[in-house]
Amino acid sequence: MLTFTIRRLLLAIPTLLFISLVIFLLLELAPGDPMAQVPLTVPPEVKEKMREALGLGDPVYIRFWKWLVQFFWVEPMHLIDNLFGTSLAEGQQRVISWQTRSPVMDIVAQRIPQTLWVVGVAYVVAVIIAIPIGVYSAYRQYSWFDQAGTFVTMVGFSVPPFFSGVLVIVIFSVHLGWFPSIYDTTHKVTDWDSFVVQLKQMVMPVMVLALQITSQISRFMRASMLDNLGQDYVRTARAKGMTEKAVVLIHVLRNSMIPVITVIALGIPSIFGGAIITEQVFKVNGIGQLLITAIYANDIPMVQTLTFIFAVLIVLFNLIADVLYGILDPRIRYD
Amino acid sequence: MTDPERPTEPASNPAGAGAVPATDAAGSYRAPRNQWWDVWDQFKSHKGAVIGAVFFILMVAAVYLGPYIWTIDPTYIDIRAKNQGPNLLHPMGTDQLGRDTLARMLAGGQVSIAVGLTAMALSILIGTVIGVLAGYFRRLDGPLMRFTDLFLALPLLPLLLVAVLLFRDMLSAAFGPEGGVFILIVSLIGITSWMQTARIVRGDVLALKEREFVLAARSIGTPSQRMVTRHILPNVLSPIMVSATLGIATAIITESALSFLGFGFPPDFPTWGRLLFDAVDRMQLYPERVIWPGLAISLTVLSVNYIGDGLRDALDPRIRGR
Amino acid sequence: MNLSKALMGTAAALALTPLAAMAERGEDGQLNIIYWQAPSTLNPFLSGGTKEVESASMIIEPLARFDQDGNMVPWLATEIPTLENGGVAEDLKSITWKLKDGVVWSDGTPLTAADAVFTWEYCTHPEGGCAQSSYFDGVSSVEAVDDMTIKVSFNEAKPFPYTAFVGSESPIIQAAQFADCLGAKAPECTDANFNPIGTGPFVVTEFKPNDVITLEANPNFREADKPAFATVVFKGGGDAAAAARAVMETGEFDYAWNLQLDPVLLDEMQSKGLGTVVSAFATSVERLHLNQTDPDPSLGDARSTMDNPHPFLTDPAIGKAMSMAIDRALLVDVGYGAGGTPTCNVVPAPAVYASTANDGCLVQDIEGAKAVLEEAGWTDTDGDGVRDKDGMKLSVLYQTSTNAVRQDTQALVKQWWEEIGIETELRNIDASVFFGGDPGSPDTFQKFYADIEMYTNNFSGVDPEAYMANWRCSEIPGPDTQWQGSNIQRFCTEEYDALVDELSQTAGIDARAELVKQMNDMLMESYSIIPLIWRGNPSAHANSLGGIMMNDWDSEIWNIKDWYRIDG
Repeated sequence: MLTFTIRRLLLAIPTLLFISLVIFLLLELAPGDPMAQVPLTVPPEVKEKMREALGLGDPVYIRFWKWLVQFFWVEPMHLIDNLFGTSLAEGQQRVISWQTRSPVMDIVAQRIPQTLWVVGVAYVVAVIIAIPIGVYSAYRQYSWFDQAGTFVTMVGFSVPPFFSGVLVIVIFSVHLGWFPSIYDTTHKVTDWDSFVVQLKQMVMPVMVLALQITSQISRFMRASMLDNLGQDYVRTARAKGMTEKAVVLIHVLRNSMIPVITVIALGIPSIFGGAIITEQVFKVNGIGQLLITAIYANDIPMVQTLTFIFAVLIVLFNLIADVLYGILDPRIRYD
Repeated sequence: MTDPERPTEPASNPAGAGAVPATDAAGSYRAPRNQWWDVWDQFKSHKGAVIGAVFFILMVAAVYLGPYIWTIDPTYIDIRAKNQGPNLLHPMGTDQLGRDTLARMLAGGQVSIAVGLTAMALSILIGTVIGVLAGYFRRLDGPLMRFTDLFLALPLLPLLLVAVLLFRDMLSAAFGPEGGVFILIVSLIGITSWMQTARIVRGDVLALKEREFVLAARSIGTPSQRMVTRHILPNVLSPIMVSATLGIATAIITESALSFLGFGFPPDFPTWGRLLFDAVDRMQLYPERVIWPGLAISLTVLSVNYIGDGLRDALDPRIRGR
Repeated sequence: MNLSKALMGTAAALALTPLAAMAERGEDGQLNIIYWQAPSTLNPFLSGGTKEVESASMIIEPLARFDQDGNMVPWLATEIPTLENGGVAEDLKSITWKLKDGVVWSDGTPLTAADAVFTWEYCTHPEGGCAQSSYFDGVSSVEAVDDMTIKVSFNEAKPFPYTAFVGSESPIIQAAQFADCLGAKAPECTDANFNPIGTGPFVVTEFKPNDVITLEANPNFREADKPAFATVVFKGGGDAAAAARAVMETGEFDYAWNLQLDPVLLDEMQSKGLGTVVSAFATSVERLHLNQTDPDPSLGDARSTMDNPHPFLTDPAIGKAMSMAIDRALLVDVGYGAGGTPTCNVVPAPAVYASTANDGCLVQDIEGAKAVLEEAGWTDTDGDGVRDKDGMKLSVLYQTSTNAVRQDTQALVKQWWEEIGIETELRNIDASVFFGGDPGSPDTFQKFYADIEMYTNNFSGVDPEAYMANWRCSEIPGPDTQWQGSNIQRFCTEEYDALVDELSQTAGIDARAELVKQMNDMLMESYSIIPLIWRGNPSAHANSLGGIMMNDWDSEIWNIKDWYRIDG
């Protein structure tokens, strides 16, 4: 397993380089213009000058090379500088956003807290709720609990967040006045009271996101449990006199985790990717909102960097999932 | 579902099932009953599945036949009748321009159901093929999974922009403006949503192919093609069914997002997702306008979910015997 | 609607002035503003976007601003230079501004003429890509005559010299702070760009790009008792409906910008009693452009270029019928409410420039439109409901950007046109593609691969000279200019070009106004452009917020120093 992991990690490097090239070419090919949001009163000649100032005059391969150098060389140097107080990256150009004309990584760092608070917590909450629901629904298939669970999760998944988000705002902010409809990203948690404020502003976005994620994971959990509950080994385990709890929660659950692990491993990178619509509805302004505004503004360095970090996480977590398969089911081998 | 005896029963293989009665029917004994009748009997006994299927057929019939009975043009604007609640002339009310909501729901349903089903089918097909190939053939695993990683990493919106730029005019020329847009939307949703299915199917196949019954089948020299269709695929059916149900909901909503951004159908062309999106801002004033499309989408997804449950049970020979 | 709002605003301001006068700096606590598009920098020279210009207007200021009626008011200058007071040279080749005494930057250092000179150097640096450099067009030099006197000289006589350092888009930045940020180095000065030192009422405490700005009252602000608010939170993100809700339904915010929403919805929100919708009008006009060239895809590269005139839209009778069929008042009712007024002119304001010759268009006349088409020989010969002539069908593709109000307008206009026998196909395009100038995309508004397109344009400030020059023949976009150019509908006549030249050499407001009206009418009679709505800028403020003077000529928060909290 170790050699497998090392081999896959090494293989990930050319894969990621190729992915970054494909993303770059895709962004290059996509129609759009960083000047699209500049008012029409600004004359075309001025816009052309502004494009040149962004470096858009250079050929594609030079811009790609510049991005590679900035991202893989200057940015890590800068990080080391920050950590150890050295000055390796002094005077070298970092990856600069076209919208803000400031280093992309600084903005990303600024956005991570609220994304983790909201999307990350939603994910954790959803997984904690979804797995028991899935297990119990399968164990008592077609009981009222299963039927109700099916109904709620299916409706929950069919209702898009642009609707459910506004619905909870109307109910809890406008009518009941319990929670703020706008997330305050400047809020700092220092004591119990400020923690309560933070919780209050998180409740609605977490609720909306968790509903979607729970629906998805609990469905896969239920289906996979159902497949396993009828297996011979379950009968054998019961025949050996194991407690029902041990049979279901140790043997069946472990063998049913493979699809669920896959879904969760695909979901964790998307925590970083943020939740575009939910962030927009609640004004959380995390990574998702950053990405979508950058796409609309054709801020290519920003989109490229965010997408690439996302790609790294995808490759990494899919590798982790593959390793976990081997642990859950030792018969799986990759050699 | 693992059942070591099953490989010896031709009953679970659709292709084999067709062949068996054909060769033996000439014999003196009664031709064996087609296995699909067993499946059908089991399906019939699943109450949720029957209700789901009946409801789904009614829904499809309503949106395709409804416009012949309810003949108001969904794009006709009667501005004096704007913002009406449900009444006799407009059973579901009218929108902000006085267009009849019932007519728009019916017209929208045609598109949403068609897009939902075909895009889901395409995504499941690609996902399953890639997942099975990657899981079963070790040599294909690396390249196919890296390909999946690539698709997972691509930003959706720029990808759509490029696809629209490259293919819209070509497709409209070949299939007419509406046919072209339909094909474009369905393929865009299909090719951007298969990755999860592929990863899940592959994970299950990796575990399955080390199971005893697969090893047994392989040891008697079963060719790969038959291994996959007869032993592997039936056993990964349930996660595929779940992906399919969730996929319909995603496809209906994604279509509305695409059309809203201007990559899909013309702006005056109603779809359920679009109707829901347009109504959200006015939710407090006219709650019925979010309820109709929201209900339609949810009920469609629910009914497909129950059909999926029923099908899964019906196709499982061990449950079928019970 | 417009007038009553203005009157109400004035009345409120008058009634409450005594209260405000007793105020002292910072006594009203926090002001919460929400802009649903978030500012990405506070340096308006690096980004021309409205959101950046307006957020920066709280911090950095120009020599003169435009008030809510479009009149110039001295801001950092003591008075507006004119020919009469000698501030504008007799030959119209220079203008001299005097700075107010005792104005200091927020860091305590004095504002001098050298800062203005530096601002000019900064924005005109060839490698800087300054978004506002057109404000310095024709400026040959900016000199500091002494510490308090700025002389702006022009290459040739400039009848309207109030461009440089006038209005929120052309503010003065501090030379000391930006000294190392000239040209290509501009983006390296992140600290300066995110935290500019200004003379305005507020100072940045923290700037989170594309998210939120927190500001506090400038301790060195020149008016001792202002601003009334101690801190400002300027939040960005979300959408217009959510912003409106935060002000008028939950009361979390005090001011929300740019609320182009269904008027029924805004009325309903207003009825909750927490907030009020206000709007101001400047020069924005929602219009249809009728392509004068042929967009037929079979033409390939010659599509929508001057080589092929449009098969029927060059006939003014068609445009006239299209215009007559539209009920502009209804479009306002459905989509704009207080934020729009029907108009028949592409130059709706300032009042001296607004023509009245075309006002007939305000009344919908479907029968008249049909008659115009009949007369021009367009009849429905094959009975399919679509008029035709010589085998050519009246069938158009009508495109615009994605926006709920625009899509409703499209649907209504389509119905009226189909009523008079013009077949209409609709298309909406994502705004970032439509308004992006990417020559590789077929969907930009400049390429105009459609028969008709709709969007809003305006001119900044109060002088339409540059705007009228948009419709010169030489401004027509085409493959040879990478599809850049502002003559979108490809209108071209020698007479019009001659008038453009004449305008650039005419001084005196009345003579200029005559010319502008003549040009406006010439455009209207060609029916290559059909104005629909004179658009205002609807915003909402909490009822507890006083001192707001909605303004579309300048930044709408131009007088934030005078805002205050109404007690009780």
